[in-house]
Amino acid sequence: MAYRNSSGRQTWVFRDLKDLMAKATPPRSGDMLAGIAAGSAEENVAAKMCLADVPLKAFLSEALVPYETDEVTRLILDSHDAKAFAPVSHMTVGEFRDFLLGEETSTEMLSALAAGITPEMAAAVSKLMRNQDLILVARKCVVVTRFRNTIGLPGTMAVRLQPNHPTDDARGVAASVVDGLMYGCGDAVIGINPASDSTAAMAELALLFDDIIGRFDIPTQSCVLTHVTTSIELIEKGLPIDLVFQSIAGTEAANRSFGIDLAVLAEGREAALSLKRGTLGDNVMYFETGQGSALSASAHHGVDQQTIEARAYALARAFDPLLVNTVVGFIGPEYLYDGKQIIRAGLEDHFCGKLLGLPIGCDICYTNHAEADQDDMDTLLTLLAAAGVTFIIGVPGADDVMLNYQSTSFHDQLYIREVLGVKRAPEFEAWLQRMGITGHDGQLRPHSALLPLLPMELAE
Amino acid sequence: MTRRKETPALQKDWKYLSRLTPARIALGRSGSGLLTAEVLKIAMAHAQARDAVHTPFDGEALAAKLAGLGLAAVCVATPATRRDVYLRRPDLGRRLDEASARAVRNLGQTGADLSIVIADGLSSTAIETNVVPLLEALLPQLRQMGLSLAPVAVAGGGRVALGDEIGGALEARLVLVLIGERPGLSSPDSLGAYLTFEPRIGRNDAERNCVSNIRPGGLGYSVAASKLAWLIEAALKRGLTGVQLKDQSAQDLVVAMRHGAISD
Repeated sequence: MAYRNSSGRQTWVFRDLKDLMAKATPPRSGDMLAGIAAGSAEENVAAKMCLADVPLKAFLSEALVPYETDEVTRLILDSHDAKAFAPVSHMTVGEFRDFLLGEETSTEMLSALAAGITPEMAAAVSKLMRNQDLILVARKCVVVTRFRNTIGLPGTMAVRLQPNHPTDDARGVAASVVDGLMYGCGDAVIGINPASDSTAAMAELALLFDDIIGRFDIPTQSCVLTHVTTSIELIEKGLPIDLVFQSIAGTEAANRSFGIDLAVLAEGREAALSLKRGTLGDNVMYFETGQGSALSASAHHGVDQQTIEARAYALARAFDPLLVNTVVGFIGPEYLYDGKQIIRAGLEDHFCGKLLGLPIGCDICYTNHAEADQDDMDTLLTLLAAAGVTFIIGVPGADDVMLNYQSTSFHDQLYIREVLGVKRAPEFEAWLQRMGITGHDGQLRPHSALLPLLPMELAE
Repeated sequence: MTRRKETPALQKDWKYLSRLTPARIALGRSGSGLLTAEVLKIAMAHAQARDAVHTPFDGEALAAKLAGLGLAAVCVATPATRRDVYLRRPDLGRRLDEASARAVRNLGQTGADLSIVIADGLSSTAIETNVVPLLEALLPQLRQMGLSLAPVAVAGGGRVALGDEIGGALEARLVLVLIGERPGLSSPDSLGAYLTFEPRIGRNDAERNCVSNIRPGGLGYSVAASKLAWLIEAALKRGLTGVQLKDQSAQDLVVAMRHGAISD
């Protein structure tokens, strides 16, 4: 069905819902690269106007990616909860935005609604929202998950401690872990991207983290970010795996390019659950996503990159993850050109993830060939923390020396805690106090005398 | 005053750990922030990486230097010589513009063993710094193997796959693409070398071998040249490149691809 709008200087026609969604998306280089973006500013707004009048129900009958050939579409439509959807089922996308912003729309209502919202609906409404709308509504959504601590409570923000090292050297990795813990980071997860493909190297890292967490009785979890099949292999070998990681995307074909499907993700989750390593809960999955990954695998079906990204969240929520991380600026300027596009995408992803009921955090990041810098990261960090982001990344000095990109630093999380008063996961906060790393106010202590973590053998 | 003096001292307590990793640990802090010196150090590293991406590539000057090494060179370009276009349109960086395609065709079907393509990629600094010393180490080994070389193509606005078109047009058995890699904060000048057997348009990354991080602070020229010479010899002997050419360098490519470090 075609859509038309004549509010501007000419009548704009949009071929179908997929075309309308792409043209209504705020400008970004990835959609231009795909040749699906609006050709002018007026066309972009005309598309938004059309989209505002589309009934939410349309997304249940007109699949943007074919049902027959895509298991993600089948998952979305087959698991749609009509009862949860009922309170908003009569609304258009524009009315849905107004509803979400209403003071009377509470956290409880949004939680109950999540299973009735499809990613396409979330993406559609986000296209009509300004940055402040994305922040305000996301802030109302509360998603709590547990493994060895409690993540996502209102007023908290966790940090993934990312101790990457160019050669996975165990002592070098441990040095970064200690550094991060001393800054009060690591409640989301201590999670490393291994440089090596070798299973032996990954086993060594898993054992290292298990040793550190066990030795100091840290209420947190670890993760070696490797392919789900490798994690299964490690679990079968008896290694101490807390969280199973996987990069995921919003179409079956893009996931195939990652070497995964729904079945292998289920297998990975079962393997992690079988170890029963969580003490407070059984959220055992850690997923990473990012706008543009489907296009880079030529698997986007002509759908805009933000909608495809939201579809990855529908995939994620089928596996009750502890953490979902949108790695927003990692992919490069051909998908998100500059700081403005990265900031917008980070806020959209966080909003869509939260609306769909996910514990979503953000790797607030950029590469050196993007038109962005640390100031842009400061801006996005501040906005996302205001929006109640579940967690962010902590990398020493914001400089990932293995992946060669810049994220947020151990210092950056201190900044946002000081400015906005966000706390760590309560169990982790209590541990830091027990260890004398922070005081009762959660502030780092000037621990010149007390350095409890340092007498590890890596000292010499 | 007292506080400012005290705070930087904090880092000393575990500063000794920083010799275990190139990561920026034990930086100390000014309240919640970094110390002034650290902020400026990181800003300088970022500035160098940015400049490496945006410094215009001088292909003519490089061609003159190549002549000094006894290499005939032809300067070519893709439709993506403007930097903002190059960054937005990776597809354009994989094909020659019309005039260049003609120029390469005019060189004829050389049937050479090896075609060398030098492209700015994401760091003209990497080309400027590393190409001549690397070739000085590599050329004697190629000559020892008795390989025939096609004229070197020096390309502005190129990506790795540009070598497929050039090597294919020259009918070379093997193409070696030397290209500036995505600059990291501590490596604005990293050069990548990609080998593709029987180059032709449409080859994919799994069909290549890679030697990465070639620069004074990374993989040195003589080691890099030896690795490349080994790969070139093995590729010509076995008639293939890519994951089937079992070598650590194949694994390096897969890792580099996964990390998005290559400018394919």
